[in-house]
Amino acid sequence: MLTLKTTPFHARTSALMQGAEWRRWAGYSVASAYELTPDREYLAIRNACALIDVSPLFKYHLSGPDALAFLDRLVTRDLGKMAVGHMTYTPWCNARGKVVDDGTIARLSDTEYRLTAAESNLRWLHDNAPGFSVHIEEVTERLGALSLQGPASRALLEGLTGTDLSQVKYHRFTHVSLAGHPTMVSRTGYTGDLGYEIWVEAERAETVWDALVEAGRAYALQPTGIWAMDASRIEAGLIMLDVDYTPAPKALTDGQASSPFEIGLGWAVHFKKGHFVGRKALLAEKERGSPLALVGLEIDHVAFGKAHERLGLTTPFPFVPWRGIVPIFRGGEQVGYATCGTWSPTCKKYLALAQVAPAAAAPGSALSIDLMVDRSRQSFQATVVGIPFFNPERKRA
Amino acid sequence: MQRYDAIVIGGGHNGLVHAAYLARAGKRVVVLERRHVVGGATVTEELYPGFKFLTGSYLISLLRPEVIRELELARHGLSIMPLESTYVPLPDGNYLADWPDHDLTREEIARHSPRDADAYGEYASTMRRLALAIKPLLDMTPPNPASKDPRDLAAMAQIAERLRAMAPADFQLLARLMTMSAADFLDEWFEGEALKGTKCTSGIIGTFLGPRSPGTGYVLLHHYIGEIDGVHRAWGFARGGTGALSQAIASAARAAGAEVRVNAEVAHVLVKDGVATGVVLKNGDELYADRVISNADAKTTFLRLVEPKELPDDFVSDIRRYRTTSPACKVNLALSGLPTFTSLPRGKEALLRGSIEIAPSMDYVEQAYDDAKYGGWSTRPFMDALIPSLLDPGMAPPGKHVMSLFVQYASSELAVDDGAPGRDERALRPNPQGGWTDAKKAQFLEVVIDTLSQYAPNLRDLILHKHINTPHDIEQSFGITSGHIFHGELALHQIFFLRPAAGWAQYRTPVPNLWMCGSSTHPGGCITGAPGRNAALEILRDWSRA
Repeated sequence: MLTLKTTPFHARTSALMQGAEWRRWAGYSVASAYELTPDREYLAIRNACALIDVSPLFKYHLSGPDALAFLDRLVTRDLGKMAVGHMTYTPWCNARGKVVDDGTIARLSDTEYRLTAAESNLRWLHDNAPGFSVHIEEVTERLGALSLQGPASRALLEGLTGTDLSQVKYHRFTHVSLAGHPTMVSRTGYTGDLGYEIWVEAERAETVWDALVEAGRAYALQPTGIWAMDASRIEAGLIMLDVDYTPAPKALTDGQASSPFEIGLGWAVHFKKGHFVGRKALLAEKERGSPLALVGLEIDHVAFGKAHERLGLTTPFPFVPWRGIVPIFRGGEQVGYATCGTWSPTCKKYLALAQVAPAAAAPGSALSIDLMVDRSRQSFQATVVGIPFFNPERKRA
Repeated sequence: MQRYDAIVIGGGHNGLVHAAYLARAGKRVVVLERRHVVGGATVTEELYPGFKFLTGSYLISLLRPEVIRELELARHGLSIMPLESTYVPLPDGNYLADWPDHDLTREEIARHSPRDADAYGEYASTMRRLALAIKPLLDMTPPNPASKDPRDLAAMAQIAERLRAMAPADFQLLARLMTMSAADFLDEWFEGEALKGTKCTSGIIGTFLGPRSPGTGYVLLHHYIGEIDGVHRAWGFARGGTGALSQAIASAARAAGAEVRVNAEVAHVLVKDGVATGVVLKNGDELYADRVISNADAKTTFLRLVEPKELPDDFVSDIRRYRTTSPACKVNLALSGLPTFTSLPRGKEALLRGSIEIAPSMDYVEQAYDDAKYGGWSTRPFMDALIPSLLDPGMAPPGKHVMSLFVQYASSELAVDDGAPGRDERALRPNPQGGWTDAKKAQFLEVVIDTLSQYAPNLRDLILHKHINTPHDIEQSFGITSGHIFHGELALHQIFFLRPAAGWAQYRTPVPNLWMCGSSTHPGGCITGAPGRNAALEILRDWSRA
């Protein structure tokens, strides 16, 4: 039978699936939610700990004397200060300064790096490699990845591995003994919470899953799907490829593509380092100004609730985030568009991520968004606020 | 001399909410709490090392979304995890379950009665409609129907308009539900004893009435008004226990400029020329303020903190008659592992994360009431149990668990052992401690553990530590008369414009500048924050006119 690929954890995850809520991610089947209602999965991320299969991430192993020079030329961020044991997040662009993808780079040794990406980048990496002594190998299928997120994640992992992880700072990684083997654990995640990502060879995937689940009994561990992770990444103000921006290789027009400045990644563009792909175009854009800026929006959920109450209805806040281009207005004129939104059970607010004209992007700007109330469309105030919406101290602890 | 704009007596959740609103309006406020910790009965206490006990309230549902939003409680650390399910183990080895999923719940109910499974959806939506209709009443100052004051008349008109907007059939149903018993109401909907058993408990929680007593229909509805994130009828657990909610409110109050003092027990309210001017603490300190607001229950406020001579006789007599006899105990167990409920099928262990209710039938609950009503306790009590450590691993050491049990009925006025009836509650304390000697307390705790062990036989082996708060303990710990969790029964004759007494339901008292902001005022008990907020809005309105 013709089916999508499955991750190395599929034997375990499929046994947990209650409502056939699978979704496609980069050619793989992964869970949107394991339980019939995903609330508990979200709550685990913020109150206990959640175990998320993120294996479909594209992973590349780069090695050779020029690996660093190659990567530094590829991505917008300055990698000069990266030491072994560091992991850094960055976008990378095409020559026109449009974002190709975003992901993390881990420095495994003096000459070895691992790059993760949301999309396949093999051709892009090869196209940019001539002149560099670097070996590029895709390891996506060989390497499973689990994201263990939530306030109890450290205690769980410390107990399981007998390692003091308090010294593994935010965006650092280490190797711990997990189920009898040294295993790479990074202090990273996509939820804006305390959390770790565990990188494990496919053949050991089930053993590691079982060890985490067993140890997790004492910490209310919850296997968690993408819906819950999506809600938490919106709270954390983290963007997602294909949702908040169209990767340049897929964009049919320049207008569909985004520069890092337009999607809130200007902070990761370092002009002071040497040449990198897209530098000239980005420098020009920086001087001229970008047409859009990423903002957080707080939608007036009180008015949204009252509009429903007037109809005798309870308020259907979106617990599963919505995705889609939704126009954002100021005074009747469209100034940009939202790309995703969710009710935030943690912030008790209705949040959205949007890209709007710089003139409308100042915090406090009163914009508006149209939402459905039962069967009719109504306009609600959407106030620009800073992101991340939720930024607990434990995120960087 | 210590001078404030307002002194709030009692740092329970309503006192803190009240102080936060006054402080946000620019008033100089102090909250005086007699214990070493704020929160009143909304508190988390580590009574056994590593185990956090919910010694008072344990769940949140009716907390007004306005309070969460206006006081920015999320920013001050409040995180609420809705409970998803209810599991009702039955004595015959069967069980009933309510899942967060329509199809699963339907299947569970249909095992007992296919007809009930069909009725269930309609019952839920009907209760939701009725709850939505009366919800606005929670946030208003009750009008005095005997008054011709334009504000009272306007509020009465507003209520009338609200009721007129209801579908006639809904209005008639509401009128019937308000006055009938939970049992009669549920009999109209369902045939399954287990389903009716668990549903009727919403009508009697905290209430010294059985499901067949008229008036319990109203209490049933009261428990349907709650919502979490727009989801009605949802009950949630606050990470860190309900004490974390109190800490969040206290943090919001402090951030707004309020002073919160612990270990500051008020001895009495200072009244000069018939007007409240401040308070005297137990340590003799005097504090003065333009307004004194009592978050204590009505009997404590008017029979202990204010001298009788300052109050009209008929008012004192109303307050003496205010019904506070309480049926509720709170038990906490520190457990070395998860109890095994014999009726729980493999694969459905997730049910332990929700409510576990010992209420197998309405007869069971009515019998539990019958046992207690002449000053006794239920030989087989109704219990609402929760294992918070399955939701929040911080509640117990890794691998261990804490179990919270709300237990009913055990009278706050136990009959003395000679068989004579319990004390007349209009008299003051002829029966010391309401009859709760240490021996009786230990005896009832065994009744509770025995009852639960029927369903989870390994429970006893897992118990590392056990703790019970009887009504008398609740009175002692939290300073609530008779330990009544609602600061007085939510009976029809003492709600809305009659709470706590006719003519005094607008947060004012017969003593000028002395106000009330606790659960003895509208809309009553539970963690709502509503009395605190409503009283603040009322007092600020009054202040702006002064």
